[in-house]
Amino acid sequence: MEHNDARKFNSWLPFFTLLRKEILRFLRVSTQTLLAPIVTAGLYLFVFGATLGDRLSIVEGFSYAQFVIPGLIMMGIINNSFANTSSSLFMSRYLGGIVDLLVTPVSPPQFILAYTLAAMLRGLLVGTVVWLISTVFASLPWESPLLGILMAMLASFMFAQFGLIAAIYAQSFDTISMYTSFLILPLIFLGGVFYPISILPEPWGKFSLLNPLFYLIDGFRHALIGFGDTSYLVSFGFSIILAIILFVWAAWLIGKGYKLRT
Amino acid sequence: MDALVIKNLHKSFDGVAAVKGIDFTIRQGEIFGLLGPNGAGKSTTINMIAGVVRLGSGQISAFGYDNQRDYRHTRRLIGVVHQEIVIDNFFTVDQALKLHAGYYGVKDDPIWRQLLIDRLGLEPHLHKVMLKLSGGLKRRFMIAKALIHRPRLLILDEPTAGVDVELRHGLWEFVREINRQGTTILLTTHYLEEAEEMCDRIAIMHHGDLIAMEETHDLVRRLSNRELRIWLSQPLTHVPAGLEECRPVLKDDGRMLLLNLPKGGEVGRVLSQLCALKLAIRDIETDQSNLEDVFIRLTGLDGGNDGA
Repeated sequence: MEHNDARKFNSWLPFFTLLRKEILRFLRVSTQTLLAPIVTAGLYLFVFGATLGDRLSIVEGFSYAQFVIPGLIMMGIINNSFANTSSSLFMSRYLGGIVDLLVTPVSPPQFILAYTLAAMLRGLLVGTVVWLISTVFASLPWESPLLGILMAMLASFMFAQFGLIAAIYAQSFDTISMYTSFLILPLIFLGGVFYPISILPEPWGKFSLLNPLFYLIDGFRHALIGFGDTSYLVSFGFSIILAIILFVWAAWLIGKGYKLRT
Repeated sequence: MDALVIKNLHKSFDGVAAVKGIDFTIRQGEIFGLLGPNGAGKSTTINMIAGVVRLGSGQISAFGYDNQRDYRHTRRLIGVVHQEIVIDNFFTVDQALKLHAGYYGVKDDPIWRQLLIDRLGLEPHLHKVMLKLSGGLKRRFMIAKALIHRPRLLILDEPTAGVDVELRHGLWEFVREINRQGTTILLTTHYLEEAEEMCDRIAIMHHGDLIAMEETHDLVRRLSNRELRIWLSQPLTHVPAGLEECRPVLKDDGRMLLLNLPKGGEVGRVLSQLCALKLAIRDIETDQSNLEDVFIRLTGLDGGNDGA
């Protein structure tokens, strides 16, 4: 074997390779990673759009379907971004495949970026399809499309980071599903997907303000239909701060190689 | 420039020292064997070189690059075959090999990839996922992956553990071949006989220390015994005089005379002494100890059974 140093080292190729691998990974099991969440969201849309939606109106000027759709899109984005990084990284830790990556020149920033972008792509793909299906049941005014897209990206980024953090701390697959069932799902449901928190009696309304997912959902809905429980400044400000905190946490863990390198 | 320079390398896990300040250098083009019983610190050392285990203290440099400061360079130059089988079931052998060079920042080279596939006999299994491969095939696939970016130093951590004899010999032949073509090899192995046959130099680790390191044949010669067994037709009742230099011992009721040949001593001289004694010699056997004996003497362990 001759050492062909002419094959030049491309310092960004490790990143693109990892990104490609992460995208191929979820595409290879797309029934589970794309189709299943889309079907779930489709069922919610059917229930709230085609059946109950017309009979309910809790926010003046909007049908219930219009109110609930942004939340359902956000739910798809959040769940799938989280699921992608958490299951991919945990599985490589659990099955030992991570060492194949640890011996390569992939740097910690490239590592985080590749995992994050693949997770964002999956979350946003699911969100887009859910939105497309929702157009059958109701159309949204798209009050501020740019802010809507920005909030969707922020949410997927944030939960990609949270997925990385969960995968690093998790001891077993159970821990990961516990995060989903006992943390993310309740926070989504209580974060105003199905109702505006303004209709809640106190102290529940105030409690909801402590729910970080409320700001994501509220800001997103605000941008899509023009109705929000809080101002853009509050919803975006809070979401950006939380995204930064989660990113710094994930970056610190991965930079240190916590539970990855012994 | 040396392929690998290790200086004063330390590592502890939860306060227990696994590697206790070792130094060694591997020259380019060498096949270097790192041996030692289980728990001696070999894998920890290898994993520090590869970057899977964080450096305790000390310095590792590969081809002149520091493996902490210039880790992206050193990792590009090193290929590692891990001891544990690494499983990724999302991709087939073919897909994984096509993807893998990219992690090292080099483009996939179809000719080189095909050469590895051919030489490691992976062609009929290209479209299987790893779960469907036998143990031996998994090993071969891991070797192909470790070589896909054409590393200049290949690290093999017990690559033939659990592999049948025929495949083992095939793999060693392949390792020799890539070594002849310029790749430096660092290996640990369970099989001392193979280390003796394969390695230019050997280092033996024990309890985190290096207890021996030299050219393989020097190590065996320096530390081995050569014995001469003289089977006699007429049993002797006492050791004949004149053979003191060889520490003679009578065995088998005086029917066998056991002599230890002095280091560098010639058999011929001892034979003339025996002739002069006019003993009735029925048969003569010589026995040269091998690396396994040396290993057992150095570590106090049975290397053949307990792992090297």
